[in-house]
Amino acid sequence: MWDHEIKAMASTHAIIASSVFMATVLPAVLVPGFSVYGAHLLWLYSVSGAVTVVSVAVFWLLGITPPTKKHTLGYKLSRVVRSCLYFFLSCLFFHTVVVLYGAPLIESALETFSLSVLLTSLTTLRCLCVLGPNVQAWIRVFSRHGAMSVWDTCLQITVACTLVGAWLGAFPIPLDWDRPWQVWPVSCSLGAMIGYLTGLVAAPAWIHYHRKQLTYKCK
Amino acid sequence: MKRLPVLALLLWVCAVYFVGIYLFVGGFLLVRLEVNRTSSCGDVLEPGEEPGDFCRSPPRFSRLVLLIVDALKIDFARFDPGNTAPRPYENKLPVLGETVTSRPLQSRLYPFRADPPTTTMQRIKGFTTGSLPTFVDVGNNFASSAILEDNLIHQLGQVGKRVVFMGDDTWENLFPKKFYRSLPFPSFNVKDLHTVDNGILQHLYSTMVGKDWDVLVAHFLGVDHCGHRFGPDHPAMADKLTQMNGVISSVIDRLENDTLLVVMGDHGMTDTGDHGGESQKETDAAIFLYSPSPIFPGSPSQTEPDVVPQTDLVPTLALLLGIPIPYSSVGQVLLPLFPPHGQKGAAGGISQLEALWINAKQVNRFLDTYSSMARDIPPESLRQLRAHFSRLSSEYLAAVRDGRSPSAKLNSSLQLYLTSVRDTCRATWARFNHVKMAAGLAILALACLMCFVLSELSQALIREGGVGPKAPVLVALMSAAAAAAAQLLARGSVEAAWCLAAGALGSELLFLWRARRLNTPTASKNGGKAPKAAGWLTPRQLLAAPLLVWLLRCAALLSDCYVIGEGRVVTFLLFSLAIYVPVRLNWDGLLLPPSHDPLKSAGLLPAPAVPAATVRKEGHTLLACLGLLVGSLYLSLSFHACREEQGSCQPSPFLSPLSRLQSSQLKNLHYVLSVASLGMWAFLLRRCLCHYGNLNSSGGTVFAARWILPLLSVCLGLHWAVSATPDDSFRNLSELIGLAHVALPRAAFCLLALGLALIWLDPLTVFVKARAAASARSLTLPPPRYRASTGISPQAELHHLIPQIYQRMRRCLDDDAGGGGEPGGGGEADNRPAVEAYGLGTVYSAPTLLFCGLLGLGLLLLHPEGMALSFLLLLLEMGSLLHIHASSTLPITHAFPFCSWSGGFAVPWTPVVLWSLAAAQFFHATGHLPTFPSIQWSAAFVGFPDGHTGTILPASLVTLNTFASHILFAVGCPLLLFWPLVREVRGGRAGRACGEEGEDAVMEMRLRENPQQFSAALLQLSTRYLFINGAQVFASVCAAAILRRHLMVWKVFAPKLMFEASGFLVSSVFLLIGVTLVLRVDVAVSSWFKRLVPDASR
Ligand SMILES: [Zn+2]
Ligand SMILES: [Zn+2]
Repeated sequence: MWDHEIKAMASTHAIIASSVFMATVLPAVLVPGFSVYGAHLLWLYSVSGAVTVVSVAVFWLLGITPPTKKHTLGYKLSRVVRSCLYFFLSCLFFHTVVVLYGAPLIESALETFSLSVLLTSLTTLRCLCVLGPNVQAWIRVFSRHGAMSVWDTCLQITVACTLVGAWLGAFPIPLDWDRPWQVWPVSCSLGAMIGYLTGLVAAPAWIHYHRKQLTYKCK
Repeated sequence: MKRLPVLALLLWVCAVYFVGIYLFVGGFLLVRLEVNRTSSCGDVLEPGEEPGDFCRSPPRFSRLVLLIVDALKIDFARFDPGNTAPRPYENKLPVLGETVTSRPLQSRLYPFRADPPTTTMQRIKGFTTGSLPTFVDVGNNFASSAILEDNLIHQLGQVGKRVVFMGDDTWENLFPKKFYRSLPFPSFNVKDLHTVDNGILQHLYSTMVGKDWDVLVAHFLGVDHCGHRFGPDHPAMADKLTQMNGVISSVIDRLENDTLLVVMGDHGMTDTGDHGGESQKETDAAIFLYSPSPIFPGSPSQTEPDVVPQTDLVPTLALLLGIPIPYSSVGQVLLPLFPPHGQKGAAGGISQLEALWINAKQVNRFLDTYSSMARDIPPESLRQLRAHFSRLSSEYLAAVRDGRSPSAKLNSSLQLYLTSVRDTCRATWARFNHVKMAAGLAILALACLMCFVLSELSQALIREGGVGPKAPVLVALMSAAAAAAAQLLARGSVEAAWCLAAGALGSELLFLWRARRLNTPTASKNGGKAPKAAGWLTPRQLLAAPLLVWLLRCAALLSDCYVIGEGRVVTFLLFSLAIYVPVRLNWDGLLLPPSHDPLKSAGLLPAPAVPAATVRKEGHTLLACLGLLVGSLYLSLSFHACREEQGSCQPSPFLSPLSRLQSSQLKNLHYVLSVASLGMWAFLLRRCLCHYGNLNSSGGTVFAARWILPLLSVCLGLHWAVSATPDDSFRNLSELIGLAHVALPRAAFCLLALGLALIWLDPLTVFVKARAAASARSLTLPPPRYRASTGISPQAELHHLIPQIYQRMRRCLDDDAGGGGEPGGGGEADNRPAVEAYGLGTVYSAPTLLFCGLLGLGLLLLHPEGMALSFLLLLLEMGSLLHIHASSTLPITHAFPFCSWSGGFAVPWTPVVLWSLAAAQFFHATGHLPTFPSIQWSAAFVGFPDGHTGTILPASLVTLNTFASHILFAVGCPLLLFWPLVREVRGGRAGRACGEEGEDAVMEMRLRENPQQFSAALLQLSTRYLFINGAQVFASVCAAAILRRHLMVWKVFAPKLMFEASGFLVSSVFLLIGVTLVLRVDVAVSSWFKRLVPDASR
């Protein structure tokens, strides 16, 4: 039963990773003069969009999302609206955190906001997909005994990897190497992306390796 | 509790650190005194003793063109026609080689050896003063870099020569307003290869053709920048050198007969293009001398020097141009440029022997002056030099008097004298002492290790009492004596530094050896704890977040970019670690546990020790404090000053004093803001003390809190108002204002001293109120509630008595709802006698807090007014850090209840790292930077507007100003130990879990109940703080040692090292003061208990 879930997870991650790849390659083919550094915001939004669409579709198809209690259309609609609201709030939250970390407040607000959109689509969106619009559950998941399924553990790993990647991405910015990838927010978003991809690979591997120790209480 | 061992251990650790720093700095920072006398034309330097005007005789050359090609290495200048496949930097200056071979009477090319430090600024200083500048030339004012020593440019100006300068703008800073005309170009951007050179080329030729100059100095930077950017082995270097070749040949074409051309490099470069150190690649530059008329007696011969030291340029040029040799020059004239005795050249000038004699006399005069000012030249060699000179002088004067031609031997012995003077000076000033540096590094590294071991083993050390300070001191003395003896035998003299080093090393090794032994028996004694005690160096523990952040902080000291942006870096790390705390707590399920947990109700998890609601409340407090912390962090970023390396940076508007603001509206706004934050500072402190019932008694500390704190604030506010008033606004009150300028700050200083002394003398803030008739006797009356109430020994009764006092006291506090302001409000309503002791629960922290607060106001006085906001942020950040620390430890201590406090009161690493990061962060947020020009000298004149007579007072005022945040955080460090106890959850279960009926002691009285744990925890906290700060010093010492060749070493790393080291010094001193204050409170508490219960055993 575990093997089945791990396989599903690995293939999901493969699909998401290939969507990231496509979102990088396609604009390069379609848009003249495209490069990850040069037209960074374009790359950023195309990747965020691709990850958002593919994750939502895949998780919806897999049926990971906790089943709704009521099946009325109104309830479902309100869930969707709340999810969108949370998505937006999370963008604002990340924006605030990034500014507090030392990003310029006014000068490159658009770049900062784009970075927070990317971070949201890599982390919060997954929370939304796996746990639904329920902040209590999100907080609960990130504790030692909080994971209640393989997908929760996987969520922990990918989110942690993404955030650590973005954090590490800030380190080269003050250096005086004058490289194009040191421009704000290229290194951070690249770091987040690399961290996310690492998380996609690491999560199934780690779960597979530790499948004997993992026990989930109830679900 | 054990007071003396704790203090002695801390003192010893600090002393070891200081010795390490002293040794390293002694080997790394070469110090030289500046002689601020100048030579003049009237100096008696001629052969005869009769005074005469030295400058009037016609000079050999009337004009000079000095082309400085920065980093022109000798390898670049040589021309080898046989080299068929030259590297990019070879054979690119053919004009030099061709001129030397085709016109041997007119030109020479020599290697030109620089003295370390081979950085451009020091080198310009070197070849204009003829001296050996070091990193710290004492006498130089740090605020500006202008050369105050006698130098060529000054002497040229004295005789009315018109000096035209173009090129590297360093010259403009070194010689402000000394040039007849100057065209400086920015030199800072190392990536820019062409701005300076093209700027010079635009003006060079037109200036040369014009007649309004006597000396032309042009400093090209392209070659040096090309080296830094690409290294010498790069096509760009070939282009640059080819360009220089063109420049030199065009200048040669435009020279006239009375003009001397000197082309030279200021230093060389390594294979990677760097310089600064003392390897031959860095020191060997090139010098090329040329004149259209013949100057040299013949083609290059055997007697010519192989290498020309850079100091020799100054006397040579001075005598060729007919000006006095600058006073502090230790150079020697370049003999081939002067005609031999007897055959005076057609163009006039002085002979070799005359030149040497003038030179020797000038050097001897300098040596006399210098040795009367400083003691760093060894007296032995000084005596030899003096004897040598007097011998030479009598020989020379006799020869001149008799009119006979002096022997050729005199020539060479004069040369020998000059050389030996220069070598003596060089040995004193211009050499890194590698052995000392290595010894300093070793001692520092061992001291860090020792501090770490000490902090991990503090429990065992205090318990076993195996750390009498006697043994280390004895060993230290013995090894110092041994080192002294060895030195006496080997060299005949003793240097104190080596004795100190031996002492420090000996005691360190002894401690580590004993710690090893101490560690093994504890491990074997109780098997259960063995892995814990032995395993304090597991990789898992090293990878924990606080140590990781701290490692990053240390690593950041090794990169110049991170040092330049240190303020931001520290804030970033502090923010990261602060966010880590709640994340980690949440991971442990202790931050915001759900109110109804399905797992727990199902019995799957052990029932929590504390009700979830309490934990939730703590979690909310923690999050609120985190918000406060993050907010003050972000706001504090706006108080930063700017380094010159940070291009687009605006210094904070709050940094300039109010009196400099133009708009009166802005001035008023700033003033109101500052006074408001000042008031807030005092209010918050009082509120905090009042909250814990510390303001009820009538002791000295309470007096300080009630009266001195507000008075001090009023003084400060008035002082700001007075100093901000424009001079011309109240003319008739000017005397009064002048008086206030002096009186107000001095009154504030006095109040501060009074307040601190009061806290020291009477630190107790406990108010005891007995409601029944007799106090001491009735205390023993209440029926004891412990189990064996009959037949108990008086000893045991006493043992239980003290807890009862706490219990009552706490109940009173509870009834007062935390107010505590009104004595007598609480108490038990029944007819039992009761005692109320207010403020006993915060008996340790209240004086510390007040001490910190008063000190903060005193330090604020030394800052510009606008910094009041930043100081308020500092207080808020301190408070929120303490709360975060308390809130994050409380759930843990309650979740794992320990009856016997086996964990003690240990403060974990995270808050200590946060604390030290905050100290570094507020160093920047109070407008300071680790650079010398940014020191706020105005602090020395607060209260002393007319200056000082001594140097100690202004120096200490400036030190207090510079390290204000280090001081406050160091003094407040013991608060980290107290705060979790102060904020402990009322009705906690620590006591009940142990199965005792009676209540345990509460809050800080727990510390008194466990004196051993208290000592251990205090020792551990202090050593942890010292370890973190000491390791930072170690990191910056490593940076200076490893990167001594780096382009930025004298601009970034060496100043950083000095600031880090002095910061450590100040922090450790004030940490010791804080710890001593705590121990003083403990003494007072003990005697208080003795008075309350006269025959108490403790
Ligand atoms: Zn240079
Ligand atoms: Zn250079």
